[in-house]
Amino acid sequence: MSEFATVISALNEGFVETLKLFLVTLVGSIPLGLIICFGSMNRWAPLGAIGRRYIAYGQRITRALEAGETLNGLDGAVLTTDMALNKAKMYSFQGRLLLGFRPISLISRFIVWVIRGTPLMLQLLIVYYIPGFVLPTNPWSFPEGRFAASAVMFIINYACYFSEIYRGGIQGVPVGQQEAGQVLGMTKSQIFFKVTLLQMIKRIVPPMANEVITLVKDTSLARIISYQEVIWAGYAFLKGSHGYSGLLWPLFFTGVYYLVFNGVVSFLLGRLERKLEFFR
Amino acid sequence: MSVLEVKNLEKHFDKTKVLNDISFTLEQGQALSIIGSSGSGKTTLLRCLNFLETPDGGSISVNGEVLFDAADPATRRDADVRRKRLHFGLVFQSFNLFPQYTALQNVTLAPELLAKEQPDYKSKKKEINAAIEAEGRELLAAMGLTDRALHYPHQLSGGQQQRVAIARALAMHPDILCFDEPTSALDPELTGEVLRVIRSLAEKHTTMIIVTHEMGFAHDVSDRVIFMDEGFIVEQGGPEVISDPKMERTQKFLSSYGK
Repeated sequence: MSEFATVISALNEGFVETLKLFLVTLVGSIPLGLIICFGSMNRWAPLGAIGRRYIAYGQRITRALEAGETLNGLDGAVLTTDMALNKAKMYSFQGRLLLGFRPISLISRFIVWVIRGTPLMLQLLIVYYIPGFVLPTNPWSFPEGRFAASAVMFIINYACYFSEIYRGGIQGVPVGQQEAGQVLGMTKSQIFFKVTLLQMIKRIVPPMANEVITLVKDTSLARIISYQEVIWAGYAFLKGSHGYSGLLWPLFFTGVYYLVFNGVVSFLLGRLERKLEFFR
Repeated sequence: MSVLEVKNLEKHFDKTKVLNDISFTLEQGQALSIIGSSGSGKTTLLRCLNFLETPDGGSISVNGEVLFDAADPATRRDADVRRKRLHFGLVFQSFNLFPQYTALQNVTLAPELLAKEQPDYKSKKKEINAAIEAEGRELLAAMGLTDRALHYPHQLSGGQQQRVAIARALAMHPDILCFDEPTSALDPELTGEVLRVIRSLAEKHTTMIIVTHEMGFAHDVSDRVIFMDEGFIVEQGGPEVISDPKMERTQKFLSSYGK
């Protein structure tokens, strides 16, 4: 086999791995992103009822003060105006704090902050190597372990980015759309699936296209845990493989694979964008 | 018995009281206009009736059934709110049509979703949906939109969009149809076509509440008129509230409209 044919066949093998990681990440992170998005938008406040009661206390004190009533403390002693005002302020502050305690939203937003705030390369290293240190056996020691570890981390990482795009998309749909659904007696899920979803998709296609193209190129980061994707395959010819060593061009030639594939991705996403132009 | 009875309704946002002691009744087949300057609480009142806002005090009853009573926590449960909303229809100032559906689909979507809850839906799916579509077309025809049924909202003028929105609200057969400044987003020419539709509904004795700044129109179509200011009902009565107001505040407000 000629040098060119050998290199191309090795790069093809590598690119199949790249595509595998790309597709699995996409399929996993698109729905996971929606879950994280709903998590960060979740308004469940377990202490909200207590919070509202505190706020009501505060308002009651303020109203009583405005009406010129004298107020007694817990011990029965008459409160000065200043003391009562302070009490009112304290109650409404604590009330607002309790009302704002939304654990599901807090946890989701914390995860998004950590994942988006640290390099994916570092995350790959952590997810692949740390379990081996902590656990008695390395959970990634099966044949496709490097792929599995990469896929897990890529899915979580991209889901966090997608979740923020989704959130923008949902919040970009006018409130009036939801209200129109509500007054027509639709349920929350009917409103989401029949009214909001398609309008949200239309809004998120351009920013998602950006992320997807970035994902195609980001798969190369998996090389850090020796996942044998296309750049790994190209680099092998420099280090020595298939009887060649010191070959530089295969590494640079991998760029052609990315370029062509991203052309296809852009074309498909552009078509989706045009498909959604039937409404405004 | 009155179709709608609102008693001592109150609503505040933080410390500002938006609705104060709002009480009125509405009889079957009557049209009620609510007038008043911007920020007087008219829209909030409509939103409370449609359960888009939760009042802080008072009660709302329809056909004798208490739908909301601030003093009775059982009526505040979210689960029932969907069913309660169906007593009311609401036409928005900004139309709020669903952009991804045609005019006809906008009208039929909610009835189709509601029909799925019927016990015999599965066996009669075809007939039910055919009936809903036929009624949707009928409603659009009544709005003068026969040839616009398959247009998307962005292909329609503002007046046409608002008429689709009215058809959409009527398709749910509400006991009381509410209009929240239905023509405020329209130019005078388009305003006319929407007002004509509302007038024809009034002639058919549709029970309606209309929040509007069109004084002449309100005077002509209304059986009852409420003038609101700063969250209070200042004056209520027949159309004479507009033609011959008793209260100074009402006179002052109406004089700003000129003759």
